[in-house]
Amino acid sequence: MAVEILKDRYGSKVGTLTIGKGPAEGGTRTSVITVGGEGTLPAYHFEGELPHRPVIAMEITDVAPNWNPALLETLGDVGSTAAWAKRCVEEFGADMLYLSLIGADPEGADRPISSCVETVKEVLAEVGVPLAIVGCGDEEKDNELMQAVAEATAGENLLLGVAEQENYKTLTAACIVHGHSIIAKSPIDINMCKQLNILITEMNLPPERICIDPTTAALGYGLEYSYSIIERARLGALQGDKMLSMPMIAAVGHEAWRTKEANASAEEFPGWGMQEMRGVLWEAVTAAALLQAGAHILVVRHPRSVELLRNHIDQLMVSNAY
Amino acid sequence: MIKIGERINGMFQDIGAAIKERDAKVIQDWAVKQAEAGADYLDVNTGPAAADRVKAMEWLVEVIQDVTDVPLCLDCTNYDAIEAGLKLCKKPAIINSTPAELAKMERVFGMAKDYGAMVIGLAMNEEGIPKDADSRTALAMELVAYADSVGFPIEDLLIDPLILPVNVAQDHGPEVLETIRQVKLLSSPPPKTNLGLSNVSQKAMHRSLIDRTYLVMALACGLDAAIMNVMDKDLMDALATARILLNQDIYADSYLKA
Repeated sequence: MAVEILKDRYGSKVGTLTIGKGPAEGGTRTSVITVGGEGTLPAYHFEGELPHRPVIAMEITDVAPNWNPALLETLGDVGSTAAWAKRCVEEFGADMLYLSLIGADPEGADRPISSCVETVKEVLAEVGVPLAIVGCGDEEKDNELMQAVAEATAGENLLLGVAEQENYKTLTAACIVHGHSIIAKSPIDINMCKQLNILITEMNLPPERICIDPTTAALGYGLEYSYSIIERARLGALQGDKMLSMPMIAAVGHEAWRTKEANASAEEFPGWGMQEMRGVLWEAVTAAALLQAGAHILVVRHPRSVELLRNHIDQLMVSNAY
Repeated sequence: MIKIGERINGMFQDIGAAIKERDAKVIQDWAVKQAEAGADYLDVNTGPAAADRVKAMEWLVEVIQDVTDVPLCLDCTNYDAIEAGLKLCKKPAIINSTPAELAKMERVFGMAKDYGAMVIGLAMNEEGIPKDADSRTALAMELVAYADSVGFPIEDLLIDPLILPVNVAQDHGPEVLETIRQVKLLSSPPPKTNLGLSNVSQKAMHRSLIDRTYLVMALACGLDAAIMNVMDKDLMDALATARILLNQDIYADSYLKA
């Protein structure tokens, strides 16, 4: 007897987001990224259209980060952000970069805003891929910093972050004025996620210039909550909820490399295996799960994770339509 | 829920006059206003007074599509006019409507298949509108059975149990609600359900309050679509709130602005 394949029909689609602008449109990017647009759940080629591949962003920072030593060794010299950026693109195959301006932090290096902007310009000059750029996490400094970044990169259509419910107006206005898209971050909460999207849209930044950051939790540290939120938003989008239909970014590296499992030495836990590979797997497995939940942009740190994920995305994008 | 904007109907004086004088601006203003208010479809009804309903329908479809890409719900008892409109529709339309009468079902479902349209099927036949839910459901079943027999997708069939004005036919209110519930059990997948909502408050006082109260009750019974006054902000807010309370949309503090 023939097996009848159950197929759901959805009335709507996930929105699309384009990052970067080429010279023809007044930017300087040599590649432009579009994500989203799916008419079904992730990898359900048999049920609907999945027009765009999820992408991998590698995280870089404006000052040498305090990351795991084995990870840093693999990355090479991270002292020059531009050179690091170039390696990520040319050697490690990143589709785009996620630049964290951690050096701006008043509690840390407290770099002046002009220096941070300089770093951004150097990276833009060195690589042709689109960029996501986020501040240091200090609200006051970030508002000033990201305005300056937005202005200095006007017309490039970069992805700037992060807007949160208590602090979104300055960045939203900067994105509107200087032609960028925005990362709208909510704390693993579907209601706040939707609320922030409504608030930003109310300021007249169109939905197709918003990227949802639902807040990532790593494997073993609440991954299933992130998964559920991404999945719920995806179903909402497919059922026509425009305020949940924006593509999603997952800051995986930041969370995965904070876990004990990624960092504990093999001497300390001989049964856990080699530390560096363990870290890679923690990062790649977290990212793979979120990818299958419906995330569009995966931000990772380790070159080997990039490789594993690229392979995984290749496989997920092979059509299973019948 | 599928919100079908009711306003472009020759029964309204300004629309009737605009059709007569071929005044596109009046029609287009209503098309744009209803689209902006959130209509998923626009009902297009030539009204009974139009001299040549085929020509009137063609003209309406064209002038509306010049200003909006919201799909149309072609509403006419003259099926030649509907077919003429279907030929011009750029997006799949809804045909409004057919009763459970064989000759009419043949024509309407035939057209619907040819043009990829959805169909509103009325729970009535030559004998008129039934009084109770069971008789309405029986007619709905005839529509479902006919659609199925010609290979029409049941989820594209909208059963309209026909609500009557509360000030003249109060006893129909609960029967229609019960019909909406029962229709969902007729098949798998079930047909959709639709109401000509404003009919419930025809010539009554407190029209907006009656409309939105009844809509919320019908939504709780599983209503999928309504031909309604999308310009009524209170009605639209009640709809949005009901969808939140029925867990059909995700809550956000500003959900009324979503």
